[in-house]
Formats: sequence, structure tokens, C-alpha cells
Amino acid sequence: MSDSVENRPTLLVTGAGGALAQQVIQRLRADYRVVAVDFREEVWLGPDVDSYRVDFQKRGFEDLFRRYRFDGVVHLGRIMSSQGTRMSRYNANVLGTDRLLSLSDRYGVRRVIVLSTYHVYGANAFNPALIDESYPLKSAGLSMDLVDSVELENLATIYLWRNPELNITILRPCNIVGPGVRNTISNLLASRNAPVMAGFSPMMQFIHSEDMARAIETAYRQPHTGIFNVAPQDWVDYRDALEACGCRPIPVPSIPPALPRTLLRALNMRRFPPYLMDFFKYPVIIDGRQFAQRFQFEPERRLETIFRYYRELRYQS
Amino acid sequence: MLSVRIPLYLNPGPGMKLRQYLKKRIVPEAIDRQVDRMRKVTGSLGHDPWGFQEDAAKIGMTLVRPIHDYWFRVDSRGEERVPDEGPVLLVANHSGQLPLDGLMIGYTLANRAQNPRLPRAMIERFFPTVPWLGNLLNQVGAVLGDPANCARMLENGEAVIIFPEGIRGSGKPYRERYQLKRFGSGFMRLAMEHNATVVPVGVVGCEETMPAFGNVRPLARWLGVPYVPVAAPVVLPSRVLLRFGEPMHFQPDPEMTEETMARHVDRVRNAISDLIDQGLSERERVF
Repeated sequence: MSDSVENRPTLLVTGAGGALAQQVIQRLRADYRVVAVDFREEVWLGPDVDSYRVDFQKRGFEDLFRRYRFDGVVHLGRIMSSQGTRMSRYNANVLGTDRLLSLSDRYGVRRVIVLSTYHVYGANAFNPALIDESYPLKSAGLSMDLVDSVELENLATIYLWRNPELNITILRPCNIVGPGVRNTISNLLASRNAPVMAGFSPMMQFIHSEDMARAIETAYRQPHTGIFNVAPQDWVDYRDALEACGCRPIPVPSIPPALPRTLLRALNMRRFPPYLMDFFKYPVIIDGRQFAQRFQFEPERRLETIFRYYRELRYQS
Repeated sequence: MLSVRIPLYLNPGPGMKLRQYLKKRIVPEAIDRQVDRMRKVTGSLGHDPWGFQEDAAKIGMTLVRPIHDYWFRVDSRGEERVPDEGPVLLVANHSGQLPLDGLMIGYTLANRAQNPRLPRAMIERFFPTVPWLGNLLNQVGAVLGDPANCARMLENGEAVIIFPEGIRGSGKPYRERYQLKRFGSGFMRLAMEHNATVVPVGVVGCEETMPAFGNVRPLARWLGVPYVPVAAPVVLPSRVLLRFGEPMHFQPDPEMTEETMARHVDRVRNAISDLIDQGLSERERVF
């Protein structure tokens, strides 16, 4: 076999424990020698994928760069806004990414994909719809708990301009949902009852994790650098989404605004963190057309398919 | 097994059920067909990015019809002047404390026999913060009054209702009725950038729907609303006259100064003023 694993270009994928990363690896393993890392666990992904449990801050991480001489990095590993403490998220997401990018620069990496989130725009009553990539990142000003998301992006943007040879593409997807996805919105859609802010049902966008994996693959294989929103041209409001998934909305009192915040802080629900509350109150609708045009990308799975998965999941359980 | 699963999948849940129930029970076939004739860019579940929902719009139109026909007995003229397609800015005077003028203009165009259009109203920035009402307005087609939203709407070839006076117009006391306040120039910029037709609209009668004699400023500040009028808490059934003017076109000019822009805005303002005078002279009685 001339095309042995060792002869292929090497690719580092972070966050390998997540469903999205595994789908990305599945799509790229035929053409690349994939090295998967995760800070939570060592994930077995088959004999052709070397997998490690690493902390980006530890010295051992650099050894991987020395050993594999990566050609590309797909950075999907991050502590989500609903996990960990503010400080641990900052350390892992911001300082960890800084180390990853500086090592990538030092060891001659030539292509980097960074997964960001639409949360960076911040949920605000005055957001226009179809926010494009140049819209200010208001999230940091609205909640201290989302500062790490914005900082991670700012850092990646600095590298994007300062180190053009890294060829960085930053992707800001809408809500990623689908089998195995364990983020806040996916857990809510999968639950029997989900909180809603009484009197509010913001418009939302959803992308299936398989489509998102394809978007990442497509981005990695093409040379266009820059910052791109990734979202389908389809919209639904939160309550309709819950109901389409067969989930019962449980209203949380929403006025005065201090009341739900106090209530959610007191309850301290993992699946409905108080600082994400505004994302269930005000819409953050992003415009994914630039990515769609530049990379010739079109999501394949419609909202109906996504919601049917969650309905079936509930029926099976 | 499959026969058991299908009904469960099709269960749309209580909220969607309510909308579907209302649509089935109260929406007459004529309105159902009328809304279907108006093409809207919506996603697979009938929503657009701003929250518009086709079924909600049908229910809204059904509920507004008796208000339009029997409460305000709206007499409109010239609505056929609004182009059948392409970007349009419907620029009108604002009055009457509540945004009923926008509602009546919207219904009139949506109810037009030839080529109906469902215009989008640009609403005050505080509405999205009001529970239930904000969502409801979005569902029937109203949009947060942000220039970015208006620009996108015009790009999509929509008709947009704009009140350049803003709250200066709607919140003014009764003694200042039919006096046009200062016009913002944002709409003119957008009209030029997007090559939109400007149709001036004179609204007569909304001033008398809720005559206000003052504004409780501290209370408004505390509530976070633009004004709290001292007025009877009822909407009076005054006759409403809508007069649509001749369409106006403004050519984009990158060299345009603020002064020329202000002159263009004044042309629209004068046209609206003439339409209001026309309406007032044609009005036989207030109620």
C-alpha cells in the first residue's frame, strides 16, 4: 500500500472526545494521518489514529509537535460555556489556544481551523437579524462568563493577521445539534421538559453535527482564510423547536429581569446556566451566506430531520 | 409498531397546537389565500430570520380586520400607487401613542385586491424587551427598527413602513396634533443605497384615537418605556383616513452632502404634509 498512514500529511485534531471532532476525524482519516488529542480522556478511534490525553499547558504537548511535524491543526477542543468555572474555561480556552497556536507557528503548521461560536456576538434585545462577520463581539460586555469565547477569537484573529503562513480560518457556527452532541441546546432539546423565559421565544438556527463536520472538512481542504459564520438559511423560534422535538416548555418568570437571573443562579442548573439566559430571550441570528459562497457549502439536513432525531430519541427512552 | 410511532411524531406540542387551532377555527379562507399570495422568504417551518410566521400573520390579519373595518372604518386612497414588487419605503406621519397607524397601513396593503403586499413595520427599540408583545409583533411581520434590519429588508425586496418622526411623533400631546416633528434622515440614505421607491403616506384620524395631555416622564424612565401618556386608557373609534402619495425616486450620489440629503428629506416631509391636509379637508367628521 503506497498510501500508508505514515506518508500522509499529518493533522492534529483537538477535542477528540466530542461527537463533532469524531465526525471530522471520520471524514479526514482517509487522506490524513490524524492525531487526536483531548484534555478529558484518551479516545480510542481505531488503529490508524494516534490518540492522546494532553493538557495544552504541559510540556508534553510540545513533544507531539516534535514527533509528528503537523501539517495542519483543527482546533475543536474547548470547554463549553456551560462547563467548568470561569477561570478554568479561561485557562483552557484562551491560554491553551495561545500555546497551541504558538507551537503551530514554531513547528511550521500550514493550515489551522479554529472553532468559535455564535455566542461571541452576545444576546441583546437590539441585535439586528442576519448578523455578518464584521458585527462587534458584544458578548464580553454582556456577560463575564463568555469572555473566554471572545478572547479565544481575538487571539486567533491576532495570529490570523500576524502569522499569515498559519492560514487560519475561524468558524462561528450557530447551535450545533445532533447525535452525541452534549452542549446546552442539544441537552435541552433532548430533555422531557425544558425551561423557557415566559413571554420570550427567540429565533434560533440549528446545524446538524454531520453538516458542521462537513463544513469543517470543507474549510480544511480549501485555502480560504478569514472569519466565517456557519449557519443554514433556515430559522425557527425556540418554543417551536422544543415542541417539534416533543419537549414540554416550562416557563420561567421573566420580569423583572433580575428575577429569572436570581432564580436560575439559585437553582444552578447545569443544563440552563444563568449567563446563557439571554440567548433564550433575545435572538442572535447569523448570516452564513459568506461561508456558503466562498466554500460552496450547503447544509444537507433540514430542521425537520434534526427535530425528528430528538423525537425518536425520546420515544426510544 | 410504526403506526404507534407516527402519531407521536406528529404531535406538534401545545404552543404550535394553539396556533394551528386558531388558524383552523378563525382564519377565513379568503385571508388564508390572500396571505398565501404574498411571497415571503421563509425557512422550512414557515419562519423568516426576523420571526415572521405565516400562520401567525394570517391569525393577526383576521383579528385586525374588524378593527380596520368597524372600529376605525379606515378610508384609504391611493394604495394602488405602491409598487407591486421590489423595495419600497412607506414613509408616514406617526401619531396616537400606540403604533396603530402602522397596523392600519400594513393591513390596507395586505388587503389590497391587486398584488397584495405584507409590509414590514420598523418598531421602537423597547418592544423586543417586552414579554409576549415583542414576539407577537415579530410574528406578524414587525421588525426591530435598526438600520441594518431595514437594509436587509430592502435587499430582500420588501415594503417597509417607516415613521421618521419616531417617538417624537407618536408621543406628542393632543395640542400638537397634525404638526410634523423633525424627520430623521436615515430612511433617505437607505432608500438611495437600495434604490427603494419612497411612497409618502398621510395618516389622519390616529391623533384622535388616544388624545394625550401630557407625559409622566419619571414613570416612563422607571418603566424603561419612551413615554407614559396622560390619556384615557381607551382607544377611541375615530375614523382613520390613509392617503398614499405619488411614488418618489432618489438617485444615489456618493458626493451627496448632508444639506442635499436634508432637502430630499424635506421633499418627502412636504409631500406627507400635503397628504395630511388633503385627508383633513376630506374628513367630514372625527368619529
